[in-house]
Amino acid sequence: MSLFARKPIAPLDYNKRLWMRSWIGAVTFFLYAPLLVLFVFSFNDSKANVVWRGFTLKYYGKVFRNESLMEALGNSLTIAFLATLASLVLGTLAAVMLWRFRFPFKAGVEGTLSLPIVVPEICMGVAMLMFFAAIGWPTDLPWPLSLSAITIAHITFCFPFVTMVVRARLASFNREEEEAAKDLGATEWQAFRDVLIPHMKPGLIAGALLAFTLSLDDFVITFFTSGPNTTTFPVKVYSMVRFSVTPEVNAVSSLLILLTIILTAVALKLQDISGETGTHP
Amino acid sequence: MTEPIIQIRNVTKRFGNMVAVDNVSLDILAGEFFVMLGPSGCGKTTLLRMIAGFELPTEGQILIDGQDMAGVPPNQRPVNMVFQSYAVFPHMSVLANVGYGLKIAGTAKSEIAMRVEEALGLVKLDGLGERMPDQLSGGQRQRVALARSLVMRPKVLLLDEPLSALDAKLRAQMQFELADLQDKVGITFVTVTHDQDEALSMASRIGVINKGHVAQLAKPADLYEYPANRFVADFIGSVNIFEGKLTVDEPERAVVDSPEVGKIFINHGVTGPHDASVWAAIRPEKMTLCRPGMAVAPEAPDGHNLANGTIKGMSYLGDCTHYEVELESGRLIRVSRTNLSRFDQDEFTWDEQVSICWHPSSAVILLA
Repeated sequence: MSLFARKPIAPLDYNKRLWMRSWIGAVTFFLYAPLLVLFVFSFNDSKANVVWRGFTLKYYGKVFRNESLMEALGNSLTIAFLATLASLVLGTLAAVMLWRFRFPFKAGVEGTLSLPIVVPEICMGVAMLMFFAAIGWPTDLPWPLSLSAITIAHITFCFPFVTMVVRARLASFNREEEEAAKDLGATEWQAFRDVLIPHMKPGLIAGALLAFTLSLDDFVITFFTSGPNTTTFPVKVYSMVRFSVTPEVNAVSSLLILLTIILTAVALKLQDISGETGTHP
Repeated sequence: MTEPIIQIRNVTKRFGNMVAVDNVSLDILAGEFFVMLGPSGCGKTTLLRMIAGFELPTEGQILIDGQDMAGVPPNQRPVNMVFQSYAVFPHMSVLANVGYGLKIAGTAKSEIAMRVEEALGLVKLDGLGERMPDQLSGGQRQRVALARSLVMRPKVLLLDEPLSALDAKLRAQMQFELADLQDKVGITFVTVTHDQDEALSMASRIGVINKGHVAQLAKPADLYEYPANRFVADFIGSVNIFEGKLTVDEPERAVVDSPEVGKIFINHGVTGPHDASVWAAIRPEKMTLCRPGMAVAPEAPDGHNLANGTIKGMSYLGDCTHYEVELESGRLIRVSRTNLSRFDQDEFTWDEQVSICWHPSSAVILLA
C-alpha cells in the first residue's frame, strides 16, 4: 500500500472525477454554446449581429415574408421528401437483396453501394454536374420536375445510408419467423409484408430520418446540381450570409434546428413504439 | 390408423458434396406420434424440412396423403411446423399470432376468434391472448407456436426439437402434455429430437437416423430391448458390447465366444453365419453384482453367465448407482443397480472384487 495510491473507484463512478467532469463540460460547451448564441441572437433587435439591443420577434416575421427564402424551403422539403421515399424503397430492397441472396461479385456490389458514403462530397457534386450536363438533362422544366436533377443526386447519396441501417437490423432477424409465416400459408409477399417489414421497422425509421436530414441540409452536391431557378434552403442561406449575417439568418437557422429536433423526436417516438414488442433471436 | 399419411420414397438430399439424407424410404402412419431420433448432423432436421417444403429432395419423392409434394410450396402443404426457435411473431399479440394462418386463408373473423380460442384452450393459454410474446415465458411461447399450428388443423404437425430449449422439469411435463395433446387432437405428429428420453417417452414409433440412413424403425420398447445394430444399441441408453465369435447358433440357444469376457450364453439364435464375428449387447441394468463366490458358475446353457472383476468407479444417482467394473481381461464394463432399500446391506465400494452375473435372456446378438 503506497501512500500515494489513489482511492479505487467503481467503473460507473468515473464521472465523479474532476478531470472527467471538466472534459464533459468542455465538450458540452463547445457543442451547444454556438447553437445557443445563434438561437439567442435570432431575437436581437439589431441589424448588426454583435451587440444585444433588446428582444424582438420581427426577424421571424421577416423570414416568413421572405418569398424567395420560403420558396427555397419549399424546394428543400419537397426534395427531401421525394429523396427519402425513393431512398427508403431502393435502400431497403438493396439491403434485403444483400442479406438474403448469394450471387457473384456480391462483395463488389456491397463496396459499390457504400461508395457514395466515402467519396468526398465535392467530387460527387462535380461528377453529378458533369453527368447531368453530359446527358443534357433539361434545366427549364416546370416546378416539381425542375427539382428532378437535385432529387436524383440526393437519392444517390442517401440510399446507401438506408441500406446500411436496414441491413444491420436484418442481421438480427430470425429466418424461422419468415418460414413460419409461409408454413401458415403466407405467400412470399405476405411473409415479407407481415413479418420482415415489421422487423425492419426501426431500421426503416432510422434510415428515413437519416436520408431526410442528409437531403435537407446538403449544400455541396446541391450547389452543383441546382439550376438557376431551383434554389434550396441551405444554398439560399449561404447566399444570404454572403451579404451579412443578420438576425434573419439566425432566425432561419433556429427554425431549421427546431424542425430537425421535432423530426428526430417523432422518429424516436415511433421507434420506441415499434421497439416495445422487442425482438428475440 | 394403418394408412400411411407421409410416404418418403428413396429420398436423397445433397448440399454440394455433402449427403445429408441418403436414399431414405419411410412411411409415417396416420395418427401416430412418430419421432425421428439421431445425433446432431444426422439429417433428421433436413428430412423434416423436406416434408414441410423448405428443402427440396435432390432425388426421390415425398407423398403426403397420397399426393406427390414435388412442386408444392410450403404454404400449400397440408402440414404445419413448430420451429425450434418457436418463431413466434414478436410484433403480434398471442391472438394475432395464433390467428395469422386463418387470416391469410381468408377465414371469417367470427370463426377465427372461435378457433383461436379453442386452440389456446388446447395448449392451456386461456386468457393470455392479449399478451405480446415478450411478456411470455419460453414455455408459453412454445405453446403459442403449438396453438398457431394446431389451429390450422393440419394433417401432420411437424415439431423440430420442440423441447430442447426448456428446462428439465418443464421438458418432462411437456413430454406428457404433447403426447396427451396428440391423443386429443388425433393429428399425426412428427418430431425430430436428439434426446433419447424425449423420443422414448413420447413416441408411438421411432425412426433412428444415422448419417442420413434409417438405422432402425421400431416401437420405443423394441428399440431398447431389440436393437438392430450396434449404433442403435449404443445410441439408445447405455450398453456393454462384446465382440466375439458365434460358436453355437440354434433357435433357442446361442453362444458367443468373446476374448474379453469368455463364453456368453444367450437364449436366442440369430441364424447368422457360423464362426462369424458378431456382437453381444447387454444393458447395465440387466447385469447383477454379487460377492465373489456367491454366484454359481454356469456351464449349463440355461444357467447364469458369470464374470469376475474389480469395481473401478461408482456414481450414485439416487434411484440407482452405476458401477464401472474392470474385468479380468482389462475390459471396463458398466453395471447399474437399483437402490431398492434405504439401508443397503451389501454396499459395494471401490476396488472391491465382485462377480457379475446375468441371465441368458439379457444379451442380444447384433450382426452389424
